[in-house]
Amino acid sequence: MEGAEARATRELIRRATPQRPVVFNGLRAFLVGGVICGVGQIFLRLYRGQGLPLREAATATSGTMILIGALLTGLGVYDRIGRQGGMGAFLPITGFANAIVSPAMEFKREGFILGVGARMFTVAGPVIVYATAVSVAVGAILWLLGRAG
Amino acid sequence: MDFALAFLVGGALCLAAQLVLDLTRVTPAHVMVLFVSLGAVASGAGLYEPLVKLGGAGAIVPLPAFGHALVDGIVREVGRTGPLGLLTGGFDAVALGLTVAVVSALLAAAIFNPRG
Repeated sequence: MEGAEARATRELIRRATPQRPVVFNGLRAFLVGGVICGVGQIFLRLYRGQGLPLREAATATSGTMILIGALLTGLGVYDRIGRQGGMGAFLPITGFANAIVSPAMEFKREGFILGVGARMFTVAGPVIVYATAVSVAVGAILWLLGRAG
Repeated sequence: MDFALAFLVGGALCLAAQLVLDLTRVTPAHVMVLFVSLGAVASGAGLYEPLVKLGGAGAIVPLPAFGHALVDGIVREVGRTGPLGLLTGGFDAVALGLTVAVVSALLAAAIFNPRG
């Protein structure tokens, strides 16, 4: 559902955008995403070494990576990683943290309630909404099949 | 060896996401929603846990793991408390991540100023 004006604007943007180098972008995403996961592996090893079971070590690793992503976003470093890595920077959980922290900082000028508090979920909101809905549906199917629990 | 596998599995997931981004007309947010949903579906099909065993952080750090954690939490809680677990187990499993993300975003907004 979009107006003619929006369609025209999109067409203009499409023509003005140079052809995206799919192979090059893919390679960069692979490398940047791989390196970020390699950093995650350091923490996974660390937490496993502390005697945490895999599930708990995974949760702790995610939390640590979110913290790192938030810090690098605050310092303005993650935007540069994002420009290089594309989905290699946005698919890892550090990118999820970036998607929350970046608008939270940017919309500080609109206040802490409707600026920071609301805008931090611009991208994270849809992710949480559909992850929740799909996981409940999957869980319900497993339960009906007698495969949950 | 585990580092190489984390790099390969994580890199491959990001490559797949980048291909979706480049070969369609969606935004990164759309790709994130797609992959987190795929993670939940793959988890339900019993495919994601083996990927975690194989790739370690390569499967734990990318966003599909968020969907996997939700389904995994639901399955566990249904086993413990019955069907009510369908509505409680998911958020229980991802509580740490969401809490860290929200609190650190609030702190970052208070401390740092956007540049550019």
